[in-house]
Amino acid sequence: MSWKFDDGTPIYLQIAERIRAQIASGELPPGGKIPTVREIAETAGVNPNTVQRALSELESSALVASERGNGGRFVSANPDVLYKLKHDLARKAAFDYVYRMSKLGFNRSEAQNYLTEIKEEK
Amino acid sequence: MAILEAVKLSKAYGKKKYALEGINLNIESGKIIGLCGPNGSGKTTLIKLAAGLLTPTGGELTIDGKAIGPETKAIVSYLPDKTFVPENMKVFAIIDFFKEFYADFDINASHEMLKRLDIDGSETFKTLSKGTQEKVQLVLIMSRKAKLYLLDEPIGGVDPAARDYILSTIISNYNADSSVIISTHLISDIENTLDEVIFIKYGKLFLHSTSDEIRENHGMSVDAYFREVFRC
Repeated sequence: MSWKFDDGTPIYLQIAERIRAQIASGELPPGGKIPTVREIAETAGVNPNTVQRALSELESSALVASERGNGGRFVSANPDVLYKLKHDLARKAAFDYVYRMSKLGFNRSEAQNYLTEIKEEK
Repeated sequence: MAILEAVKLSKAYGKKKYALEGINLNIESGKIIGLCGPNGSGKTTLIKLAAGLLTPTGGELTIDGKAIGPETKAIVSYLPDKTFVPENMKVFAIIDFFKEFYADFDINASHEMLKRLDIDGSETFKTLSKGTQEKVQLVLIMSRKAKLYLLDEPIGGVDPAARDYILSTIISNYNADSSVIISTHLISDIENTLDEVIFIKYGKLFLHSTSDEIRENHGMSVDAYFREVFRC
């Protein structure tokens, strides 16, 4: 049903984050149509104005473009923009991993060892 | 454009007991607003003033730039906190009754909503469960194409699944020209759908801000912030 949101972070940012993840994973393919504000608002269980704000956020980073005239929005088909998105998300995931390992008392190279270990187990 | 504007609005019951005091408020169209406050803080009084059921003791209140009267009542759809329909009538008959009464009533929308909520319109209102009665009343209110919806505790008695549907009904029915004011204690259930939040405390305006601002400035949900502000 409706999406789950964390406390403490503005909802529009969380929606933008979620759409970014959908674009990065290809769930929303390059050049593909983005659901309308109202559709997203209804599935997410949030206010249309909040969705509007999230989409403007994505537009300002050129990840989403609006088609003139009909008001529809599309995922960018620009490979550079999409690469940058994946790169940013990957860096963030790596950062999160290193941070969590440091909380457990492991340094970077020890953290790296765990990654190698996983590879060998597979 | 302000749909509702209050300037130094006050309402006293009797000589001394102020239910609302010095409220300054400006609500724009196209917003969904949560009106929150503990019991007895003045939520229902504010809504009743806007609906024209009470007259202010002091200050001014306008809706769509007009003083409260027949003209504003025609564009305000008000859901009271108590049962307001003739209970011996069948649901369909109540709908027809509303259709006669309000020029902006969309009968197709009401039938559509009843169907989606799985309510049998040929039943007599008073034989329905409490939750179903609340749903029927909300259907009546949301079937009008009003500019301002005033919903006093619309989700108190309904189950969580119906709550979700009701909220999506509110979201999908409202448009850029209309605003919805929802008074509630159940903030966590509705806060994701709110643009703005109004907190009132002992009859005074404590806060009017966007819900994202609360999250940004206080690092907590509206619900958590409410609990902090109104801690007993």
